[in-house]
Amino acid sequence: MKVAVCVKHVPDATAQKRLDPTSFCLDRSGEGALNATDLNAIEEALRIKDAHGGEVVVVTLGPAKAADSLRKALAMGADRSILVTDDAAAGSDLLATTSVLAKVLEREAPDLTLFGQASSDGDGAVLWAAVADRLRRPLISQVATLRVEPAAVTGKRQTEFGYDTITAALPAVVAVSDAINEPRYPSLKGIMGAKSKPQEVLSLADLALDAGESGDAGSRTQVVAAAPPAPKAGRVRIDDDGSAAEKIVAYLAERKLA
Amino acid sequence: MALTLVFVEHHDGELQKGSLGVLGKAIALGGEVAGVVLGASQEVAAAAATYGAAVYACDDTALAAPLPQPRVDALEALVTETGAETVLFAASVLAADVAAGLAARLGAGLNWDLTDLRLEGGDLVGTRPALGDTVVVDVAWKGTPRIGLVRAGTFEPAEPTGGAEVRPFASAFQDFSSQAQLIERTHEESSGPSIEDADVIVAGGRGLGRAENFSLCEALAKTLGGAVAATRAVVDAGWYPYSAQVGQTGKSVSPRLYIACGISGAIQHKVGMQSSGTIVAINKDPNAPIFDFADLGVVGDVEQILPKLTELLQARGA
Amino acid sequence: MRRKPAGVRPADFAPSFAAADAISAPTDPAAERIEVGVLIVGGGPGGLACAIRLGQLLEEHPEVAERLGDVPVAVVEKGKQPGSHLLSGAVVNPRSLRKLFGERLSMEDIPTYGQVPGEAVYMLTRGSAFRIPPPPPMRNHGNWILSLSQLGRFLGEQAEGVGAAILPETSAEKLLVEHGRVVGIRTGDKGRGRDGQPLPNFEAASDIVAKTTVLAEGTQGHLTAAAMEHFGLHGRNRQVWALGVKEVWRVPRPLRRIVHTMGWPLRKSARFGEFGGSFVYPMGDDHVSVGFVVGLEYRDIELSAHDLLQEFKTHPKIQRILAGGERVGWGAKTITEGGFLSLPSRLNAPGLALVGEGAGLVNVPRLKGVHYAIESGLLAAEAIFRSFQPGEAHTRVGALDSYDKSLRESYVWKELRAVRNMRQVFDKGFFVGGALASGMIVSKGHLPPKDFSTEPNAAATLIRTGRAAKYPPSDGKFTFDKLSSVFASGNRTRDDQPNHLVVRRTVPRDLAEMWAWMCPAQVYEVGNDRGDGTVSVNVTPANCVQCGAISAKGGRLTPPEGGSGPEYTLT
Repeated sequence: MKVAVCVKHVPDATAQKRLDPTSFCLDRSGEGALNATDLNAIEEALRIKDAHGGEVVVVTLGPAKAADSLRKALAMGADRSILVTDDAAAGSDLLATTSVLAKVLEREAPDLTLFGQASSDGDGAVLWAAVADRLRRPLISQVATLRVEPAAVTGKRQTEFGYDTITAALPAVVAVSDAINEPRYPSLKGIMGAKSKPQEVLSLADLALDAGESGDAGSRTQVVAAAPPAPKAGRVRIDDDGSAAEKIVAYLAERKLA
Repeated sequence: MALTLVFVEHHDGELQKGSLGVLGKAIALGGEVAGVVLGASQEVAAAAATYGAAVYACDDTALAAPLPQPRVDALEALVTETGAETVLFAASVLAADVAAGLAARLGAGLNWDLTDLRLEGGDLVGTRPALGDTVVVDVAWKGTPRIGLVRAGTFEPAEPTGGAEVRPFASAFQDFSSQAQLIERTHEESSGPSIEDADVIVAGGRGLGRAENFSLCEALAKTLGGAVAATRAVVDAGWYPYSAQVGQTGKSVSPRLYIACGISGAIQHKVGMQSSGTIVAINKDPNAPIFDFADLGVVGDVEQILPKLTELLQARGA
Repeated sequence: MRRKPAGVRPADFAPSFAAADAISAPTDPAAERIEVGVLIVGGGPGGLACAIRLGQLLEEHPEVAERLGDVPVAVVEKGKQPGSHLLSGAVVNPRSLRKLFGERLSMEDIPTYGQVPGEAVYMLTRGSAFRIPPPPPMRNHGNWILSLSQLGRFLGEQAEGVGAAILPETSAEKLLVEHGRVVGIRTGDKGRGRDGQPLPNFEAASDIVAKTTVLAEGTQGHLTAAAMEHFGLHGRNRQVWALGVKEVWRVPRPLRRIVHTMGWPLRKSARFGEFGGSFVYPMGDDHVSVGFVVGLEYRDIELSAHDLLQEFKTHPKIQRILAGGERVGWGAKTITEGGFLSLPSRLNAPGLALVGEGAGLVNVPRLKGVHYAIESGLLAAEAIFRSFQPGEAHTRVGALDSYDKSLRESYVWKELRAVRNMRQVFDKGFFVGGALASGMIVSKGHLPPKDFSTEPNAAATLIRTGRAAKYPPSDGKFTFDKLSSVFASGNRTRDDQPNHLVVRRTVPRDLAEMWAWMCPAQVYEVGNDRGDGTVSVNVTPANCVQCGAISAKGGRLTPPEGGSGPEYTLT
């Protein structure tokens, strides 16, 4: 079984994050790391490979430095990586990113495409649905347990209303939740072997994508302003004189919180 | 302004408040607005039409299960038919997937996690908190259609005002849309919401004084239908399990109400809960940093205040 | 509450930890061991210079590379990447960097903030500052300003570029010794819970066996300490350390010179044993690096290097530099301070070479060690390369003696020898020490006639003077508490891992309080009073930024799970 995992290189969780003051894009020049919940998707792909054989390919669109994140996936045990990097792709929104990933996935034609739960840099946790639609593949998202059979996958997930069990014919797109597994540590042999695994680097031209389909030109949304959040109105401070409980109840009641 | 469609979600015949809130907001912005109810009975569609706008309804059996892809097909058909320029959603597991699938289908821009919407020179502009809610950005769409996904619980629904028109419509469905099928839906009972899902969190820190005092937090959480969380310090001290830890190295939460009991508010804790809707802090130390970002700060003794608070809330039947 | 008069010596409460605990024979079955040619422990300037020089030589001599196997050179690094745990001033003498890269790279190709534009030295009192001419060893004309953590990342890329395998997030827990010869290291386990139990993603440690092992662990090296004990490599004096805490600020106005200060907020009397000072370095037009260093022979229970830095920043002279700025980084680290007289008697043992700060190669009066680390790494690489030449046997006893010889003939040795008593004389108090030190500089090390000795940092008897009352409160904008500083270090260590800090958990109150004040990362807290003058010590290991101060003051830092600790990016 061939499994593709779409991952993201995100600014390190501890780095001081800032928006570029002119483009309002996240400044991605600082330290980066593999998005934490993508580790769950990689782990699940490796378990599928352990059980069914086949191949695990990790795919990302990002800056050249995203190669470091892919290397970590290779160290965990993925077989090869594909990095799409192109100055013209910077600032891609959901739609533009979808176009690029879909193009790679069409070329790779995996049986199963996995995504992690959400990226830590504020993206909307919706990319898989757009990619599934573009690929015209069935989708299961938020999957907390996954069963893979030769021609189908069955996932169980929690929604606001209970637990759904959904089955989909392969090839399919599945987004996993971070409850699905505990990602492994890369072994030392894995780390040492990662460097020599195939690591493909592609430009938009290599994918026969127009500049107009990616980056800012391919985006249909834009950030037009950024500002610090408005100070919360009416910060209240009280010293307990024995009536604090009553005052808290009144405060909550006024705001329909109790 | 051209037509705005609002996806009105329902579950077990019940309309979802969040999506009604978005519908109300869209009506308030002006222009022509209609709700969309997919895969529901006529009664449910008629109920949706009491919130001030006409409702498009499609009850094709392909829409019976709450799965996203057939909904993308139906909405595509409706947007094509009506020429709608904007489609709005209230975030949910289902709605997020529908919104993103529709964006890909229509080649439309999707802005998500919106906490407000407004018109600026006739153009729709959304606001979205970014970087852990430390910045608020204004987001716009380049061209139409526009798709917006509003953060859960942002707008309160209006009261029903009386009936409007229900307009049935038909849709074709893509082959791949039926390749994912719901085979089971269960409701597993749990002792209460998990801290990630809870609307209300009562969190305890070292200021509780001793491990046994977590029972005060538990009692209050139970009364409010919420979950109990803990700081790293008390998890370290073995007062409460690691699974309840909120903060930099624990979970990140954003409930509507966060009640911090005996928590100083160190940055390591703050980054895990600062996007909570309303923060109430009770702490003996008037200099605790948590008072710098709590909406309601109470300088006092948690051991005194919590039992009384629980009692009063129980009496109100909260 | 009555207390016994102060008189506690941290050294009397040392935990049970023996060098032998960190030394073992290989335990993995032979087929499972990871084999490399030369194994370098530590991705700092010394280790990476060694890897780069070896890589250069092996590229030129593939026949030698072949003798070293599939992985000729490997570097293990406990941080997330080379540079993650590096922190320094830093104003660096470019001499050895130039030698390392020769024609391949110029200083302009290396990430720096340019040459030192000018300098000033001040003697501070509370509220005023007297400019004094820089003492000769502090003159920095021709030196370069850089961030050591950024240099570490750069050197890591260079090492990888010449074929070294970098193994990040890997701690070196044991030195493998077999038949009297170092044969590699054992890494640490990953994925253990708080009580040591394996978690579902447990990844067992591995033996990495090597023909030659280089310890380049930097300050407070876990295996370096064990190796010095095991092979009897201690020098004349026991090693001593200082603790430095620094912040990086984004500032609205450029600083046009480097600044060093002496004096306030440290106290002059020898009774306090407070030796140290500050540095303020520009990093380009919009950032400055500001740090405070204090020798760990200090005695005051309430001395806190972190709070001294906060206090120091409130001096009008410094406040002016930082005004309108924003803190963007923080970190802490010990500095090896023993100098020439604390150098190991030899820097090699069978199968082993010691390089860089871990070997004590720091010039304290010049406040410099990065260039010595690079020089020693480079010389070790050349000696190791010679030991693999056709006709030479790397297993021959004394195969690496040429490393010691070349280092002793290098400028490093000459300079260290010239200032060999500089640090120790300050034990005599600031002014007496200052006079002796000046005499030494003028006479190029020939005065005073007798070599001074040092006592270990943990031997200093504790005193209590109410010092903490002077520290400024933290306002979260200009002055900061320890916890928010740990956050700024990028530390997000997994909480539920075993404790890696070895300290006694019931000690006299004075000692527990001293640890609580000393630790810049708020790892130690005074726990319950046991009613007999002792208290329990609460330890929060996940806060630890691995500065190493505890090892100098009565405890022991051992390596936590690889990948733990700070993520320095600007320091």
